[in-house]
Amino acid sequence: MLLVHCPWCGPREEVEFRYGGQAGIAYPTDPDALSDEAWADFLFMRDNPKGAFAERWYHAAGCRRWFDAVRDTATHAFLPADHRDRARR
Amino acid sequence: MTPGRLAHGGAWIDRSKPVLFTFDGTELEGFQGDTLASALLANGVVGGFRSPILGRPRGIHAAGVEEPNGYVEISAPWFDAIAAATTVPLVDGLVARSRAGVGRLPEDPGSVATPRVAHRFVHVEVLVVGGGASGRAAARAASQEGDRVLLVDEHPVLDAPATGSDMTILANATALGVYDDGYAVVLERTVDIVVWHVRAGRVVLATGAIERPIALAGNDLPGVMLAGAAQTYVERYGVRPGERAAVFATNDPGFGVADVLRQAGVDVVRTVDARSGELVIEALGAERLERILVRTTDGREEAFDVDLLAVSGGWNPNLGLWRSIGGGLRYDDERAAFVPDGGPPWLSVEGRAAGDVPAGTPLWFVEHGDDAAKFVDLQRDQTVADIAEAVGGGLRSVEHVKRATYIGTAVDQGRTSGVLAAETVSRLLGEAAGAQGPSNARPPYAPASYLSLAGPTRGDLLDPIRTTPMHPWHVAHGAAFENVGQWKRPWFFPRDAEPMHRAVERECLAVRNGVGAMDASTLGKIEVVGADAPAFLDRMYTNRMSNLAVGSIRYGLMLGLDGMVLDDGVAMRLAEDRYLVTTTTGGAATVLDRFEEWLQTEWPDLRVYCTSVTEQWAVVAINGPRAREVVSATGTDVDVAREAFPFMTFRDGHVAGVPARLARVSFSGELAYELHVPAWHGLEVWEAVMAAGEPFGIEPYGTEAMHVLRAEKGYVIVGQDTDGSVTPHDLGMDWIVNLSKGDFIGRRSLRRSDLVRTDRKQLVGLLPDDARALLPEGAQLVVEDTGRIPMPLAGHVTSSYQSAALGRAFALAMLAGGHEMHGTTVFAPLPEGTLACTVTSPVPYDPDGERRDG
Repeated sequence: MLLVHCPWCGPREEVEFRYGGQAGIAYPTDPDALSDEAWADFLFMRDNPKGAFAERWYHAAGCRRWFDAVRDTATHAFLPADHRDRARR
Repeated sequence: MTPGRLAHGGAWIDRSKPVLFTFDGTELEGFQGDTLASALLANGVVGGFRSPILGRPRGIHAAGVEEPNGYVEISAPWFDAIAAATTVPLVDGLVARSRAGVGRLPEDPGSVATPRVAHRFVHVEVLVVGGGASGRAAARAASQEGDRVLLVDEHPVLDAPATGSDMTILANATALGVYDDGYAVVLERTVDIVVWHVRAGRVVLATGAIERPIALAGNDLPGVMLAGAAQTYVERYGVRPGERAAVFATNDPGFGVADVLRQAGVDVVRTVDARSGELVIEALGAERLERILVRTTDGREEAFDVDLLAVSGGWNPNLGLWRSIGGGLRYDDERAAFVPDGGPPWLSVEGRAAGDVPAGTPLWFVEHGDDAAKFVDLQRDQTVADIAEAVGGGLRSVEHVKRATYIGTAVDQGRTSGVLAAETVSRLLGEAAGAQGPSNARPPYAPASYLSLAGPTRGDLLDPIRTTPMHPWHVAHGAAFENVGQWKRPWFFPRDAEPMHRAVERECLAVRNGVGAMDASTLGKIEVVGADAPAFLDRMYTNRMSNLAVGSIRYGLMLGLDGMVLDDGVAMRLAEDRYLVTTTTGGAATVLDRFEEWLQTEWPDLRVYCTSVTEQWAVVAINGPRAREVVSATGTDVDVAREAFPFMTFRDGHVAGVPARLARVSFSGELAYELHVPAWHGLEVWEAVMAAGEPFGIEPYGTEAMHVLRAEKGYVIVGQDTDGSVTPHDLGMDWIVNLSKGDFIGRRSLRRSDLVRTDRKQLVGLLPDDARALLPEGAQLVVEDTGRIPMPLAGHVTSSYQSAALGRAFALAMLAGGHEMHGTTVFAPLPEGTLACTVTSPVPYDPDGERRDG
């Protein structure tokens, strides 16, 4: 079980959280303008890197706030936030 | 004195405290501090076990958790389906039976004594697993740094004391698993069980090393024992494991055991040093070891009569926990062992587990003799011949060999066989030593019962039970309950010994012809408040909520981003900036989370606050042609007249003398009122309604009648008629999708090519040609019954009931292209015969909605 670092509450047990998938996928400003392919890309396609990955977490059984974190998918270790830009690229 | 017990010695036993126990029906005596295994050896029980597959005689082989042979079922003073005799502490009145490696559940689980189980949660800076010399040193060092330390050891006592400030020592405690970020689960076992959930800043594994056997012909006979185990029985338990012994080893400590045995009065007749080329090539005996054959360096064969062969093939660092959390391994040639190499930063390994084991010349199996008698995995009865067969069949990886032979998959997790199997594979393939790593290890490290892992979270404590304020009334009136999420909801109210279908029929007829009342308090309720609440709800629901008048109610459908129906409910506009939205009973938490997610992550600019008020309101739903009369009779200051209080509006006022919100919504199609009252008034208002309704023949009804009534009207239940792959169009609910109001969640997906296919499964009604034939929910439908399986499937039944109002059975179904198939016949092929059904509209009852206003 991971120890997830909530920016508001500090380190808490993973069972208090819900995983929110890849971070930084913004809702399109005009979905109608997107082709089926572009919309499907937004809807379904996510990165699956080995290594640093910016992802969303929700402290559902705590402060109930969403936040982004960077985690190494191979070691499960949470990384300092400055990995975030690298992970997004 | 029992025959195997020495006159003196035994550091762990207390000779002043004899203990009586029973093994396979015979009463025996041991001492406090014994394990079941040491006590058996003390009583001269050398064999006593059988191998699980071949049924060969077996005896105690080891002295710890690595034991492959000596498994027992314990029936007193507690029950355990399977445990290694080497790890069972001897207690007075222990009753054990030998088990051939496979546990068995009691026929009547209620008849066995189960240990009490508690779960504890602790935080420490350092967790040390293993209380040997290096574990104690690590614990001491950490304690001196001021860290909180937890030291756990699977044995009942430590070899030497360990003390320090803020140090907790758990004996009889096995770390079952070490997980991410210093989380560990430790099972502490005396008579009762404590499962410790430990979160540690760092974890030190001082788990020692496990002695290796040598695969030689006949090595599974009782009397063949790991050398270190023989030493343990002498030194810790004062037990002599044999009378005449030989020692066969590849390393100096192995031969040290010969001295220990001699001092204990054992006649050591031969030591065989594999390093010089001498070999024990066969162990012989019928029910136990009687003789060994030794092949000398010059090729002669000598026979020795012995009843104990102590074997040491070297030592494997005990790295099961290390590997289960992703620690790497490296083969160390000098030590002929896999040692730790690379792992998480918070995890370290100390002592013998870290590779501090004696150097030696590896000897995995003896070339001479019958390969089919050289056992690699004693618990799976697998030999060198079995591995050779797997390799000969083309397998090249130990992981594949493991799956072909099951080596390492038994209760002992292959602690003595894993590395031996890997090296045997390497040898047979002509690879270098260490070319194959041992197969992977997974938690739990040692057998743990479900009972212990479940702890107190079983029975009524398995999951929180939620009940409504009216629950005591339901119980007192004999309701049968069903679980809806965590809620207990009345399912139906049987009268006398009435069967379910009679009760449901009676409850449905009451609503259709008279009046019924249902406890609807479990409906999810969320208050959505703020200046931007109208705009927010327009984005969350498929229809428009911003133009809903204050005092009015509107049904709403919520989609996923993928356009699939996610939840439904109604929205009541309480004020310009305030809505109360309801959700399905099971969907309340999901919907609230979803609101929060969008508000926090995409639209932080919206001024909206969401509050769950599910448990703040009790709801009585009064349905039926006489509902208005019942509400009036209950006493209200709200004008409930047909014209004054139209459908899909609500009024604030009083009912039965308490503040109430009255709402004209109906899930049955009949005239209906919902009374929303503060939860603490729920029971009294319910009782008032039942009393006021008595002259009108009011019946309480449960969820089953509610399901029938709503299905007769074609109202879907999200999660029953839908399964996450159903769009509003599939349900025939285009009327609720407002494509012109602007964007809403799921809108863009509704145009995706797959969602506009005309052959998607669509909601229809089904009338079985045999009016009494009830289709099973989930039954598959075909357009043409070819009589041969497989047939092209066209859909499936989602809801199916006997309808008193229709006087026949009917069903709702999802049917490919169903909207265009009304009037046609489809078939449900069932084991007991095929049912033909006519496809209809999904609203078989009151299709024009003439009954809702009474």
